[in-house]
Amino acid sequence: MLSNSPAPAPAQLAQTQTYGGATSNAKLLNPDISLIGDFIGTAGRNTISPSRSLELHESEVGMQAIIDPYARADAFISFGEEGVNVEEGYVTFTSLPAGLLLKVGKMRAEFGKVNTIHNHALPFIDRPLVTNNLVGGEDGIDDAGISLSRFLPAPKEWFLQGTAQVYRGDSSDVFAAHRRQDVSVVGHLRVYRDLGESTNLDLGASYARGHNGAGVGTTFDPANFLTNLYSADATIRWKPLRRAMYHSFLFRTELFWSARDQLSPLNTFQTQHAFGLYSDAEYRVNRRWTLGGRFDRSARAAVGSLTDTGFSSILTYWPSEFSQIRGQYRYGHLWDAPNDRFTNANEFLFQFLFVMGAHGAHPF
Amino acid sequence: MRNVSIETRVLALLAAFALLSAVFPRPASADNKLNVMTATTDLAALAQEIGGDKVTVESVARGYQDPHFVEAKPSFLLKLRHADLLIIVGLELEIGWLPPLISQSTNPKIQVGAPGYFDASRFAKILEIPTGVVTRAEGDVHPLGNPHYWLDPENGLRIAKGIQNKLSEMRPNDAAYFAQRYDSFEQRLKQADEKWLAEMQPYTGRKIVTYHRSWPNFAEHFGLNVVGYVEPRPGIPPSPQHTVELIGLMKRDSVKVIVVEPYFDLKTPNAIARDTGAQVVVLMPSVGGEKEITDYFKLFDYDIAKLKQTFDTTK
Repeated sequence: MLSNSPAPAPAQLAQTQTYGGATSNAKLLNPDISLIGDFIGTAGRNTISPSRSLELHESEVGMQAIIDPYARADAFISFGEEGVNVEEGYVTFTSLPAGLLLKVGKMRAEFGKVNTIHNHALPFIDRPLVTNNLVGGEDGIDDAGISLSRFLPAPKEWFLQGTAQVYRGDSSDVFAAHRRQDVSVVGHLRVYRDLGESTNLDLGASYARGHNGAGVGTTFDPANFLTNLYSADATIRWKPLRRAMYHSFLFRTELFWSARDQLSPLNTFQTQHAFGLYSDAEYRVNRRWTLGGRFDRSARAAVGSLTDTGFSSILTYWPSEFSQIRGQYRYGHLWDAPNDRFTNANEFLFQFLFVMGAHGAHPF
Repeated sequence: MRNVSIETRVLALLAAFALLSAVFPRPASADNKLNVMTATTDLAALAQEIGGDKVTVESVARGYQDPHFVEAKPSFLLKLRHADLLIIVGLELEIGWLPPLISQSTNPKIQVGAPGYFDASRFAKILEIPTGVVTRAEGDVHPLGNPHYWLDPENGLRIAKGIQNKLSEMRPNDAAYFAQRYDSFEQRLKQADEKWLAEMQPYTGRKIVTYHRSWPNFAEHFGLNVVGYVEPRPGIPPSPQHTVELIGLMKRDSVKVIVVEPYFDLKTPNAIARDTGAQVVVLMPSVGGEKEITDYFKLFDYDIAKLKQTFDTTK
């Protein structure tokens, strides 16, 4: 029976709730720290982009904390077998006026979908072919810069968000800054709508522009060599709320267009156009198993007439939400430049992913 | 060959954003009501009890949804960005989805530590706070204690008191209104609890098995004895070995009731029930789990009626 007045909660219960997984008072002011191990094994034949038979592909250390009443910070440091890389390290100002969200630091650019996703959160062991061919490979557009985003006016029930980003201009082999003013810019527009409580549609359009390295070492001024990238993405998700942990379905496709200034074989200035896409689907069969498939097709950024094709199928087993075991079959019909012909690649990849500590949720 | 000034484009883009912000300022609440968002429907029900017609209340999660696994959809951002107050369960129940929603909401009022951020767990009696070393060998354990604390009417009252104080702090002119609403809620809840306790009194000490560790506060308040779980560890799906052990335990202790939350698959509980002669009952952990559970009172009305019915048929 309830007493006459509500009994106050015991003193030890009035602990300060922290943003993340502090487990004792001694850790209250420390950041949430996590490590995600990503072990990959590869078997089969691939003479174009061979990977190691066995490798601890990446160990991502994450540190996330609230800095002060106005900002939070996230840092993700990636330890590979050949070095250390700050994958992301940025501060987010969460309390700006006019609904603005400002991020400053090194971050994955808001260019499409897959570019924003960390390796361990990918639906496949690898990234799509088009990422490797047109958008900088595994690291993608990942650079030091400033990002400003805002919700935009939209019809009721529609979510519209615009993001504008400025980067130093050095991103993998996509952008290269030769001078201080060679910054790159990224713009992203996201449109989202719930189609019901279980289904939603997510659309996006992105643009990126920066200098490339094609003019370095030539008689031309490197400052005149630019790369323009365009992307359109569409995702449809289905996850029934009453059985969310057992069944879900996702279909996603992204289209990429590249316009890259470079020198032609005749040593004249040209803009090389290339197009690529991927489409993938994932289905959660039950609480522990997920099936997926992906189709890849992409031209090469420097040679738009050479188009690689591929497909993958993947099976994921979840012992718990903190580990995954995956097997992926990957086929590729890839351009073999040294032999001047296309060749086939057939590979089986397997992956063990494991999470230690409190790794904060990534944006949806 | 082109000679493009990227700086000009960047400045133009940033200027466009600034212009948009000026042209489309955030809308203010037309009716001057406090806009309250909650993580779960139970907290929404309590906030509505106290806030009455001075607030608009909406929950992110639905009552039939597992509150551990809510998708952080952008549509929630549209709601959170206009919230004056965000009430969360805390104890890391929402750790997988709420933090990015809060930080991306662009709403300074509800950021962690801001006046509009209200952690209801700070007002409740929390059970199962782990002692000693906490590791994930124990499954998805909550290091700060079991977060399903709202399923004890005494905690409902404590949370309501906290909400009353918070609303009064935010709207001092309406403090008397909120106090009157709280007094009414307290009186009605005490009366209802007397009835619930009387209804459950014949079943005091009855042993039950539950799927997940969702019911410690409920069991403690109503005198039930939870002796096992369908999950081998919190958040870990049932394994054959654990299921066999659980069946043995239930036969040995004559456990005849398996309580399952609405978002879990019934296949394993039904198999266990067939083997042990027990009965599976789906209880609702939250308001809105069924259409008729429209408030905090009806949540207990529903669960207690279901439990009584099950106990009576499994004597």
